[in-house]
Amino acid sequence: MWSSYTLIGRTNFDRLIIVDQLFFSSITMSSDFDIAKTLDCKGESCPMPVIKSRSAVDDLNSGEVLEMISTDSGSISDINGWAKGTAGVELLEQEEGDDLYVHYIRKTS
Amino acid sequence: MSTDTPATSNNDAPSRAELAARIGELEEELASLKDDKTSDGNKMSIIATKGTLDMAYPPLILASTAAAFGYDVTVFHTFWGLDILHEEHSKDLKLSSVGNPNMPVPNVFGVLPGMDKITTSMMERRISDNDTATIEQLIETSLEMGVNFQACQMTIELMDYDEDAFFDDVETGVGAATAVEDMANADIQLLI
Repeated sequence: MWSSYTLIGRTNFDRLIIVDQLFFSSITMSSDFDIAKTLDCKGESCPMPVIKSRSAVDDLNSGEVLEMISTDSGSISDINGWAKGTAGVELLEQEEGDDLYVHYIRKTS
Repeated sequence: MSTDTPATSNNDAPSRAELAARIGELEEELASLKDDKTSDGNKMSIIATKGTLDMAYPPLILASTAAAFGYDVTVFHTFWGLDILHEEHSKDLKLSSVGNPNMPVPNVFGVLPGMDKITTSMMERRISDNDTATIEQLIETSLEMGVNFQACQMTIELMDYDEDAFFDDVETGVGAATAVEDMANADIQLLI
């Protein structure tokens, strides 16, 4: 009974992984936002993702959206906190994937 | 609204309507103050007194990150903190395991000649293995973000440093009074 349960559980889990990879890697990565610039911060750790995001947003025009890709697990909290405490910046969405964290930030000033 | 004493006659007392209007104004002001985000116009003042490889990180990371928030940041370097601003020394900051129970090397080994170098290399390797920013990168980044670096004049003379030995944008000729004044005007004051 236990083995049939794990078989079913495993199948569903595999299905979930496939769905996750299908949907996450293709549809949600190129999200609904009109991306003005993509900033690759992969491999960089605190404080660089926040600092580079700041510089990148400074170069945008008002209303434009920055997509920042990071491998830093702390970036979810960091970018959230930074956007909350920084004037002229709005965090639209954050996505977590396989060691990948994608942030969408709009310049509002 | 006048701040006259209440000893005046009843004719001067504001009407309910006026009070209600004033409350409305105050509520609006309060709401807009709450909306005001942390950053712009705010100041952070850091006093950096340490110059070991590990202790060079906190002031630089906090300064550059606060600058990313829009803070106006000043870091006042004194004593060993001067080494962080010294063009040569900042490339060569050291770490010792002696007296440092956080490090795995027992003191009796840590005091042997050459051990500091080994401890420093261990730390440097960790830093590069983790893709952590180096001190040089952080200083460069901080300068780009507009952080103000100040080098304490008294300790420059005490350590017998040459003023030209510091990075170009470092302000010299400042002392404790400058630091105190800066801290008095800052929203966040830190001693590291």
